[in-house]
Amino acid sequence: MADRVVRVLVGKPGLDGHDRAAKVMARALRDAGFEVIYTGIRQTPAQVAQTAVQEDVDVVVLNNLTGAHLEVFPLVVEELKKRGRDDIYVLATGVIPFEDVELLKEKGIDEVFGPGTGPIHIINWIKEHVLGEKQGE
Amino acid sequence: MEDRKKILQVKEDWLSTDYAKFVAKVPERKHPFMLDSGIEINPLYTPADLDEDWSYLERLGFPGRYPFTRGVYPTMYRGRFWTMRQYAGFGTAEESNQRFKYLLEQGQTGLSVAFDLPTQLGYDSDHDLAVGEVGKVGVAIDSVEDMHVLFDGIPLDKVSTSMTINAPAAILLAMYIVVAEEKGIDRKVLRGTIQNDILKEYVARGTYIFPPRPSMRLIADTIMFCAEEVPKWNPISISGYHIRESGSTAVQEIAFTLGDAIEYVKTVIEKGMDVDKFAARLSFFFASHNNFFEEIAKFRAARRVWAKIMKEKFGAQNPKSMMLRFHTQTAGSTLTAQQPLNNIVRVAIQALAAVIGGTQSLHTNSYDEALSLPTEESVTVALRTQQIIAYESGVADVIDGIGGSYYVEKLTDEIEKKVWEYLDKIEKMGGMVPAIEEGYIQQEITDAAYQYYKAVADGEKVVVGVNKFVDPNEDLTKFHLHRADPTVREKQVKKLKELREKRDNQKVRKLLDDLRKAAEDENTNLMPYIIEAVRARATLGEITDVLREVFGEYRPPVIF
Repeated sequence: MADRVVRVLVGKPGLDGHDRAAKVMARALRDAGFEVIYTGIRQTPAQVAQTAVQEDVDVVVLNNLTGAHLEVFPLVVEELKKRGRDDIYVLATGVIPFEDVELLKEKGIDEVFGPGTGPIHIINWIKEHVLGEKQGE
Repeated sequence: MEDRKKILQVKEDWLSTDYAKFVAKVPERKHPFMLDSGIEINPLYTPADLDEDWSYLERLGFPGRYPFTRGVYPTMYRGRFWTMRQYAGFGTAEESNQRFKYLLEQGQTGLSVAFDLPTQLGYDSDHDLAVGEVGKVGVAIDSVEDMHVLFDGIPLDKVSTSMTINAPAAILLAMYIVVAEEKGIDRKVLRGTIQNDILKEYVARGTYIFPPRPSMRLIADTIMFCAEEVPKWNPISISGYHIRESGSTAVQEIAFTLGDAIEYVKTVIEKGMDVDKFAARLSFFFASHNNFFEEIAKFRAARRVWAKIMKEKFGAQNPKSMMLRFHTQTAGSTLTAQQPLNNIVRVAIQALAAVIGGTQSLHTNSYDEALSLPTEESVTVALRTQQIIAYESGVADVIDGIGGSYYVEKLTDEIEKKVWEYLDKIEKMGGMVPAIEEGYIQQEITDAAYQYYKAVADGEKVVVGVNKFVDPNEDLTKFHLHRADPTVREKQVKKLKELREKRDNQKVRKLLDDLRKAAEDENTNLMPYIIEAVRARATLGEITDVLREVFGEYRPPVIF
């Protein structure tokens, strides 16, 4: 397992054009040793899922800053399911109010990283869940 | 003035004795001290630190006179304060109209409209891609009917209105004109601004629709139309704000913005309009970030560089064409979700830098914006911050009160020098359009953003409450959140349906067809065609679709 390279797709579904966080995240994940693909902005949920399947990623990190996460993120989960790839982890990031966290998890999002979190939290989560490395302590 | 040599001598002596001894005992906090722009900060500045040929009259001069370093107007805020203009808009036109009226009642002096993303991208609210986005980051506008509601009860002949709209800016301006005319107000008296700055959308903000070339034509059309028809309107707000918010340095913010501005001026001149006929109406928009002196110097340097560009490169004769007038917004990216009340202080310092830097209008961010849309309470605190600076601090009582600070003057010069270096490089690449198409600008900004992130992640750059002075007991989940009305899309879809039943569809089709033909001829100004389509109740999406068919859509390179 030690040599396994984790593949991550950073995806921006929806109309949001603010991609500083997505780009910084993509680069931070790459520096952490993952193989990273970035979709670019303004992708439909189907496009994000399609890229995830084509690139055979382990994790999809979604980012949205407009408040459309409740509508748009679950659609990515659905599109992955349609393609038989609900094994791919889906993480949600962006300006996500705390009361939305459970709602997103109910709809198949594996974890939510809202305001006040950063790439390091996502990197640790991936290491723990995909590579089975215990983090912290 | 004292002999430069003498000052340098004494400074050397001071550095090697008093200063060095002190440092040996108490080492400095950092080594070296640097600005994000890559400029090293010396421990102390004296008159002798300015360039040997530094000339007051050449580099500073007088307010309202070339090169405008000290300000664009002779009296600055002694006559009138800057315009206090809070960016607002969410949900339906009805909701946003209420917020506008509230802000005007609180003493705000200009309006600034935020549109939702479907509007900014030229999609009607019933478009598939609009799912989840209608009314979210701004107000949903589908037709001139929505625009009527948005400005209901607001005197368009008295208030000035800024609209953050880019790719479809011509259409929203047309709507504003039609609303005014249907209320009996002449377009000649309308005051306001459309952002209409597409180049920064490609590199920083993302709401582009068409490829660069037809986009530049649309912008030239609006600038030339306004010069003749809406003379008090600013047809463009060339924006560094979003470039900075994407992670650029202060120097890059100014360099890339002025680089964009050069493209716009070139385009309009090539279309045959004399520079002095339109340049006075070009306006700018910058961020005010954390570093107080760097930001002030940045604004002063920007004015000086622009004045030189207009005079020397474009041969402008009218001093007004050389004046860099700008709006400022405090830097949203500096707001923290943690300990949100701290943001009030950050905003106050940034706003103070903008005022000392000589801004013409200002938006102060609300302290809760890292978490959600601002509430009425938080937006009031933000506005009060400006009022306190204006009425209580005294900084507005003198022109350029910081002018002559050895540090600020030196910094102004150094920032200017670095801006010219970028501008020369961009010119060698063939201008901003090729520089953007090759991904150079995007890469520069992304690199700076990543450096900033790493500096914070490594603790080298302190963010209070985030990587230092953290409150371990803080519970962010208690924060009160303001949400847009979730039923906006349904309401808009219903309105659209009614509109399409009520209007003269044959007329709409004909006017859209006229617009298509006009779009196919590069030398036809599209504004009159768009205005007629808007007047006949063609929707934003319908008009944009016609242009999409003729112009095509832009596909960007992916860079990170």
